[in-house]
Amino acid sequence: MIDYQNYLNDKIKQVKPSGIRKFFDIAVEMDNVISLSIGEPDFKTPWHIRHAGIRSLEKGQTWYTPNKGFIELRKEISNYYKRRFNVEYNPDTDVLVTVGGSEAIDLVFRTLVNEGDEVLIPEPAFVCYRPLTYMAGGKPVVIETKAKNNFKLTKEELEEAITPNTKILVLPYPNNPTGAIMEREDLEAIRETIIKNDLLVISDEIYGELTYGNRNHVSIAELDGMKERTVVVSGFSKAYAMTGWRLGYALGPCDIIGQITKLHQYGIMSSPTTAQYAAIEALKNGDKDVSDMRSDYDMRRRLIVGKLNEIGLTCFEPLGAFYTFPCIESTGLTSDEFATRLVREKRVAVVPGTAFGESGEGFVRISYAQSLKNIKKALKRIEEFVEEVKNESKG
Amino acid sequence: MDKLLEILSENSSFTPKELALMLGEPEDYINAQIKEYEQSGVIKGYQAIVDWEKVPDAGVTAIIELKVTPQKEKGFDEIAKRIMAFEEVTSMYLMAGSFDFSVMVKGATMQEVASFVARKISCVEGINATATHFMLKTYKIGGLSFVDEDEPDRRSMIL
Repeated sequence: MIDYQNYLNDKIKQVKPSGIRKFFDIAVEMDNVISLSIGEPDFKTPWHIRHAGIRSLEKGQTWYTPNKGFIELRKEISNYYKRRFNVEYNPDTDVLVTVGGSEAIDLVFRTLVNEGDEVLIPEPAFVCYRPLTYMAGGKPVVIETKAKNNFKLTKEELEEAITPNTKILVLPYPNNPTGAIMEREDLEAIRETIIKNDLLVISDEIYGELTYGNRNHVSIAELDGMKERTVVVSGFSKAYAMTGWRLGYALGPCDIIGQITKLHQYGIMSSPTTAQYAAIEALKNGDKDVSDMRSDYDMRRRLIVGKLNEIGLTCFEPLGAFYTFPCIESTGLTSDEFATRLVREKRVAVVPGTAFGESGEGFVRISYAQSLKNIKKALKRIEEFVEEVKNESKG
Repeated sequence: MDKLLEILSENSSFTPKELALMLGEPEDYINAQIKEYEQSGVIKGYQAIVDWEKVPDAGVTAIIELKVTPQKEKGFDEIAKRIMAFEEVTSMYLMAGSFDFSVMVKGATMQEVASFVARKISCVEGINATATHFMLKTYKIGGLSFVDEDEPDRRSMIL
């Protein structure tokens, strides 16, 4: 009998699986569960985008693409960032098309981090930054953002976390799971600290198209002196409902993108060809689809936030992504208890805040990437649940 | 298009309070808007969308194409009024194309519908030809699917 422990990489053994697994296993065994736990759009990829993919297959366009991605796609991405976020990237040297935003994140860490470098990660946040930093040899340093600041990263929190070993700040906004965004003045407030301490920023802007209340997403790369020290990571998954196509990109200084490209070249070769054809169509003719989906999300967001506050699960107004992050402390339950009991007793699946870092305790993530009809039904069940829990504690 | 109408036309079961939240408007305003739409006849009414195939003895539905000769000065409207007055008629439209009216008719049996067409509709002055089509299966009404669509396999729980 082989003891595989002896063969496994020491670091991978330390990496914990995503905390949601146990909870997910409960949910899949049940019928009639309404899931508000999903991190992907409920919309299908708009037809004309799917069609572009299909046509490329019909034509037999089934070969590798250039390592960095089709130049036509890189040009469209570059146009898009200029048009939407006012940052200019050279499609020849500053753009790399990746297998989803996730690959881009992984590559950036592995390209930039040396053994012992500290990487600042504001949490609650998407689950990948810590393990990927760790695997790259870096030391993840968590900054716990606060509900009272609407989960924005403040200058004080940033300054407090910086040490002589700090090299990178991850900026995961619009934020999964809180729905927080960093507005221009919030970014301006941390800009000087970043420059003064000579940090690089990895700005994960995958939800950049999904902001509400007349706030446009602002990329930190747009700010004075920031483009040269920022790698932007984004993709097509959330904006165009293209999660399964697995297509994203990294944008940044050519000296960094060039190095990242080497890793991508050896590990991946090139991103999926069919998806690249579809993505060109998305960027050329998909603006209206994005704004239609955004307006649907917005309606659901208002409904869900209003109702949650009414139920007594207080919830700051999330201005980005498609999540709400209500505080559930008034029920006296922990995040894990709340989520586990809610799915068992009322068949509504939400994600405990602790899946996104210890600072998520006291909160749950509720996704509104779900039909209005189901959201309405789920809210009713949540209301009953909260009522029952409150009566228990009285009795 | 008006967002409020768009929502209500898809699902009229939202309360004014919910609509107010969704649209970011005060509840009073929503109530006033709905009232105005109802009074001006923009909103004609509210109905449940029923899958009659699941109801025993619900009868049959047919779509009847009618070719007619429009009347002087009155055009199609007079004939339409006479036909729509039959209670068997549930919907009726004036069409562009190879026929003039599309009339939806409900009846207990196919024979009943056939006899309704032969004895009542055909006898209306100005009707030149009829073609009766019986409905076999409903796939979609008012944006709602009546068949099990291929459920997307969204089992993955990615954070």
